[in-house]
Amino acid sequence: MEKESNSLLKEIAQSEYKYGFTSDIEMVMAPIGLSEDTVRFISQKKNEPEFMLEFRLKAYRNWLTMTEPTWAHISHPPIDYQNIYYYAAPKKKKQLSSIEEVDPELIETFNKLGISLEEQKILSGVAVDAVIDSVSVKTTFSETLSKKGIIFCSMSEAVQNHPDLVKQYLGSVVPPDDNYFAALNSAVFSDGSFCYIPKGVRCPIELSTYFRINTANTGQFERTLIIADEEAYVSYMEGCTAPMRDENQLHAAIVEIVALKDASVKYSTVQNWYPGNKKGEGGIYNFVTKRGICKGNGAKISWTQVETGSAITWKYPSVILLGDNTVGEFYSVAVTNNYQQADTGTKMIHIGKNTRSTIVSKGISGGKSNNSYRGLVKIIKRAENARNHSQCDSLLLGDKCGAHTYPYIKVENKTSIVEHEATTSKISEDQLFYCNQRGISTEDAIGLIVNGYAKEVLKQLPMEFAIEAQKLLQISLEGSVG
Amino acid sequence: MMLSIKNLKVSINGKEILKGVNLEVNAGEVHAIMGPNGNGKSTLANVIAGSSAYDITEGEITYKGKNLFDLSVEERACEGIFLSFQYPVEIPGVSMTNFMKAAMNAQRKYHGRDPIPAQELLAKVEQKRQLVEITEKMSGRSVNEGYSGGEKKKNEIFQMALLEPSLAILDETDSGLDIDALRVVANGVNKLKTKENAFILITHYQRLLDYIVPDFVHVLYEGRIVKSGGRELAQELEEKGYEWLKDVVVK
Repeated sequence: MEKESNSLLKEIAQSEYKYGFTSDIEMVMAPIGLSEDTVRFISQKKNEPEFMLEFRLKAYRNWLTMTEPTWAHISHPPIDYQNIYYYAAPKKKKQLSSIEEVDPELIETFNKLGISLEEQKILSGVAVDAVIDSVSVKTTFSETLSKKGIIFCSMSEAVQNHPDLVKQYLGSVVPPDDNYFAALNSAVFSDGSFCYIPKGVRCPIELSTYFRINTANTGQFERTLIIADEEAYVSYMEGCTAPMRDENQLHAAIVEIVALKDASVKYSTVQNWYPGNKKGEGGIYNFVTKRGICKGNGAKISWTQVETGSAITWKYPSVILLGDNTVGEFYSVAVTNNYQQADTGTKMIHIGKNTRSTIVSKGISGGKSNNSYRGLVKIIKRAENARNHSQCDSLLLGDKCGAHTYPYIKVENKTSIVEHEATTSKISEDQLFYCNQRGISTEDAIGLIVNGYAKEVLKQLPMEFAIEAQKLLQISLEGSVG
Repeated sequence: MMLSIKNLKVSINGKEILKGVNLEVNAGEVHAIMGPNGNGKSTLANVIAGSSAYDITEGEITYKGKNLFDLSVEERACEGIFLSFQYPVEIPGVSMTNFMKAAMNAQRKYHGRDPIPAQELLAKVEQKRQLVEITEKMSGRSVNEGYSGGEKKKNEIFQMALLEPSLAILDETDSGLDIDALRVVANGVNKLKTKENAFILITHYQRLLDYIVPDFVHVLYEGRIVKSGGRELAQELEEKGYEWLKDVVVK
């Protein structure tokens, strides 16, 4: 499966570009600020059917009645929602003519992460001799996938070409009135991914390779919907280890996953949005609502995340275990350094019989950052024989950072077994001296120790990203001890 | 001459601990440093290793012709200095094998060599752990995690066997060991002795020296080496204690 993806990528990177390259694209933007007109403008620009406009308007009207939540362990200056452009036509990033024009610090990071030169060019927007035509990439992948009946396209395309599926499932896992940012996203979402795997089909390609090529234009309010029909399987990878910058500070995405009877969805995220500078200025606010529902019996949803970027991370990938014998998993490594803040965790809601959930959360704090785990394990009255195991570990680097844990356990059924373990540790000067004395540099020592600590989570990632993630962890923690 | 220490004075938090230490160690020699607790033995070991916790106020250390103070902790290790710690720390999540692989590769890189191939590493690990009578389970576990005192000391010798240092400093390796563990540790050290390397054994009791026979014995007392001799000196200390040295110390 992997060989297929890798050779495909090589092929595309080396192929000749047939069409000319347009460097100037006209940009169409909605006027600044958010009003009902803005919502209509967006829907009209995307040529959406009536049901979609209604969905957006309902969400917007709801949003007006809601207030921003303040319970998380994060602080930021108030967001001026009227000072944001909510729609800009997809624009190509500024084209550079050679790799020498790219910020050398960025190149250094790419090299440290082991990203090939070809990919470096793509990721930094250099016009390469062998350019990737997004149209041709899509065509190549689409052919392989459509043979199996798999639909993998943008959200915008799905609204046009598969309205029934969208109507049926959009908002079914994260309703527009779920929370403040979900309402906002539902009103103004720009684009995202749509994926449908038919009955009994195992998706042959790690849906990661394709995504990497197209991360250059990741939107601000992204919306993703993944539907795995009965007995289907898909492994979906979101994000990029390469540091991503964006002019837009607020990112409020929604990801919904629906797994029907005996289906299995693995969703992996590697997030390295610009975290702000060493003084804590700038940086992305990443407020995401991710939720999956194991709708049919025997379904399984697994979330794996490596979060190293963003100034503020606020997300709780969750699983609703509705069907019997369903399984929910959450594996997370969240790194904060300098002045970053993270409040992240998961919710596992046990509803059906014989449900099982596993939570492994590894927080790493350095610099003057704050890292919080917030989790909910809820077992309702009729959930017979539920099982949960949670492990929340915090690693502190240095003495100016913070690690906090807010576990909530609500059990309403006597046959449940719930286990919760938590540890807090730090990398001490003694440990570093010990490593140094064996010849290992401090930088490598921290990498070794942190990776050992995060091992359990990293091994859940698709292999090609596991290796990059290891290097990413090491780089994220540079300058954190001392 | 491998190691030459001249008039070394070391303080910590303003308090002077070493007050002018002189020592010479040649390749092929085993030196024992004895003395009452709190007199500077571990300080000396840690200063040679390069710990930044101490202030060096005077003196010089020459190692293999180089000024040791010019080298960082890692560089000293790559140049062949090994410290067997008195209290080895735990490093959870990092397996012994991975740890040794990182160390060996760091040292090989320093000398312009390629990283060690996996097969060779595993073969070496297998060979050396048998030398120190470490169970197979242990080499897969996290570094020192959950080890007993004796196991930690054995693990230090295991690492020493893998890294093959030129100058090995054993800081109170015998403390906390029962007779069997002591025998195993001493056996390991004896097997690793060559004409090219050297050992400094820091110990409080002469018991270890029954098993690892030293060429020279020094007594570190109130921050200075006040007396040096052969192994008979160790015997004398065992019989008389350290009190009598007060008269020996040159005021």
